[in-house]
Amino acid sequence: MSRVSWPLRAVTALVAVWLVVPTLIVIPLSFTDRASFAFPPKGWSLRYYERFFTDSGWLIALFNSAQLALIVTVVATALGSAASFALVRSRFRGAGALNGLLMAPIVVPTIIVAIAVYATFLRWGLVGTAAGFVLAHTVLATPYVIVTVTSALRTFDRRLERAAASLGATPWATLRHVTLPLILPGVASGAVFAFVTSFDEVVVSLFIQSPELQTLPVRMFSGVTNEVDPTIAAASTVVVAITTALILLPQLLRRNTDHA
Amino acid sequence: MPDHSPGAGVRVRDLTKRFGSAARPAVDAVSLDVRPGEFMTFLGPSGSGKTTTLNMIAGLEGVTGGEIRIGDRDVAALPAHRRDLGVVFQQYALFPHMTAAQNVAFPLRRRKLPKAEIAERVARTLDLVRLGDHADRLPRKLSGGQQQRVALARAIVFDPRVLLMDEPLGALDKKLREQLQIEIARLHRELGVTVIFVTHDQEEALALSDRIAVFNEGRIEQVGTASDLYERPATRFVAAFLGDSNAFEGTLSGGRLAGDGLDLRAPATDLPDGSRAALIVRPERLRLSGAPGSGDNAVSADVTDIVYQGAFRKVLIRFGNGGAGCVREAIGALSDIAPGDRVTVHWSPDHAVLVPA
Amino acid sequence: MFVVPMARLAWLSVTTPETGLANYRDVLTDGVSLTVIWRTLRMMLVVTAVCLLFAYPYAYVMTVVPPRTRAVLTTIVLLPFWTSLMARTFAWVVLLQKGGPVNDALAALGLGDVRLAGSATGVTIAMAQVMLPFMVLPLYSSMRDVDRALVPAALSLGARPAVAFLRVYLPLTLPGVAAGTTLVAVLSLGFYVTPALLGSPKESMIAQLIAVKVQDVLDFGAGGALSLTLLVVALALLGLVARFVRPGAALGMSDEGDRR
Repeated sequence: MSRVSWPLRAVTALVAVWLVVPTLIVIPLSFTDRASFAFPPKGWSLRYYERFFTDSGWLIALFNSAQLALIVTVVATALGSAASFALVRSRFRGAGALNGLLMAPIVVPTIIVAIAVYATFLRWGLVGTAAGFVLAHTVLATPYVIVTVTSALRTFDRRLERAAASLGATPWATLRHVTLPLILPGVASGAVFAFVTSFDEVVVSLFIQSPELQTLPVRMFSGVTNEVDPTIAAASTVVVAITTALILLPQLLRRNTDHA
Repeated sequence: MPDHSPGAGVRVRDLTKRFGSAARPAVDAVSLDVRPGEFMTFLGPSGSGKTTTLNMIAGLEGVTGGEIRIGDRDVAALPAHRRDLGVVFQQYALFPHMTAAQNVAFPLRRRKLPKAEIAERVARTLDLVRLGDHADRLPRKLSGGQQQRVALARAIVFDPRVLLMDEPLGALDKKLREQLQIEIARLHRELGVTVIFVTHDQEEALALSDRIAVFNEGRIEQVGTASDLYERPATRFVAAFLGDSNAFEGTLSGGRLAGDGLDLRAPATDLPDGSRAALIVRPERLRLSGAPGSGDNAVSADVTDIVYQGAFRKVLIRFGNGGAGCVREAIGALSDIAPGDRVTVHWSPDHAVLVPA
Repeated sequence: MFVVPMARLAWLSVTTPETGLANYRDVLTDGVSLTVIWRTLRMMLVVTAVCLLFAYPYAYVMTVVPPRTRAVLTTIVLLPFWTSLMARTFAWVVLLQKGGPVNDALAALGLGDVRLAGSATGVTIAMAQVMLPFMVLPLYSSMRDVDRALVPAALSLGARPAVAFLRVYLPLTLPGVAAGTTLVAVLSLGFYVTPALLGSPKESMIAQLIAVKVQDVLDFGAGGALSLTLLVVALALLGLVARFVRPGAALGMSDEGDRR
């Protein structure tokens, strides 16, 4: 019954191209040998990768972003997992409201979060500081951890915990040896989401950056607005490569454990 | 009874369906005549082409080749929604966002009947399937059997001349099935509609049908009444698919079937001398006797097991040539045997049928 | 950490420069703000309509193709979730530039020289690419649950194909349509990066206006008032979606696991 008429095929192909091309086009462009965005490039070179990896501005931005994303990943994963346990396992008054509040940064337009954070950080002296970045990105990343860990906990069979208890495991041992290993895929994908969220965040960062402390997306943003410099294409390719590797990592790990 | 149009005949010629580049057609040059008002069952294992044939008649599946006529109309060019056939689907296919009554009203609305008439006919049809007081329930609030009745009501409410049913009772438990079988038989009688009913359950086929078409590998093996198929199977497949049977294989020659250490009298047949054939005898047509021996209508066998089945017992046997068989004896007429005994089974020549091997 | 900045922003909106609702009165009376709000709403409608128009057939095709093709189509939809927004926006700058590939393609099709960069058309194309996954995923998840026998059933009962679609298929996929359109609408409302980089400053969206007020003139009163207006519209839209589906499902991320 898999008859798909040609107009449907055409729309599907168009949407697929629409979704994929912007991701792929930066790759050939990054290998151009001209100082222009002309596409397709006339000649090829590695000079913009050379510039990206030797220019201190770009390098520092990349380093800042990576470091920041790693810290945010750890903090958001810990906070988000704890919050998920609280939300799923205990029925306290206001759990629904708390859940709504924790999820709010996903649905509130980022620009609003950005200026609200900016207004507060100005007063607290956090603008342009590492602590400020960690704090802001953690708020944005935690909801994604909560979504994935909560859904992992919801599908988790609690009889396994009772079984572990009946076999003499302490609550802590049960958590460590039974619950956590089983919800690990959820936690891992939450962590990846957190990393990507922070690594890719640009709107809030634009407001709380300072010339001394810039992230890679911020550097790219000003690059696009101010200059015609294909180094941005090289930077884009690097970013896409890093996040793609990160997304594929848990899938590969999962495949391995499936075989074991 | 209301003014139901009498059923229409369905005539199918060389109907063929090939999916993609599959080596074997799903339906291979099937020809069949269903008489007006007849209850015809398509019986066969899954993948035998019976549902595909039904879907082509309904217009839900494209036709690779062949002709379909309903009544006196060639329906080849007619899309499904203009064929005026009632279809009952395997999993009912009730519209989940409409109540039972809205589901039943759907075909009438499409035909732009006046509101009052729609209401009247929906109510009447729901009563007919004994669901009058469930009209305003959504399908998910109904039991499986009730959903089945809504599907039935929806398929007959617009007085189609032919009703197609694709394993309509497949999802129900045994008791409910039997109950609904009786109800389908009653509706068929009362409405006079032609029914084509697809099933893989031979008991269901035997219980309901005027005639049965046995499908296998995209072809019809035989069309006939239940007793035709049981007493006079045309092929080994039909003999094996409907009930138990004993088969003796050999080569035809001068009115005898010889081979495998047997030399039996062959019943009258159109098969030419020298062709391979099998002699088929149903288990209840065999008689057992204690003394070993063989003859024109008898072979010797060893009793391997005896299984009691209520009013009958089944004696499992192994023939001299190694083939397995069975004998069914009514409890009132038991022979005095036990597993391990050597016996002779014999039959009346009238009860043996010859089919191509 | 999320509540405090939001509260502060709300507070600033009614206290700066002086206590009162003057900022809100300005939003509703000053011509610029109103023009921008109308423009943003119009853009939201266009982007949402474009997404629905293209995502509906795409999601439908996902439900009828063989599993292998479906896996490919699903990956394509998820691709934008992990590829950097900045990289993609930059790619659109390249693709939509004057004499760029999209221009060339349109010219080849005889559609002539359409100005894409710095125009509403360009912004729509790029924004729709970002939003398409949020439309496709809820649509797909509601279409996947529709019994495949229903449309044939409707046809057998005498419904023309168009009627079968309108009366049976469409109503059953309506929850997905509601979730997808609301989600895309809300996200489009607050979109900042794409219009800022691809659009013309003369045709700015509300997010840009907020950014300009806050970043350039540090007018937190006006920025806050605009933000809260935006937030109210967004929450009203979200309230609509919550009546149809669980919030998690609306985000298209909750039951990722059982979708495979």
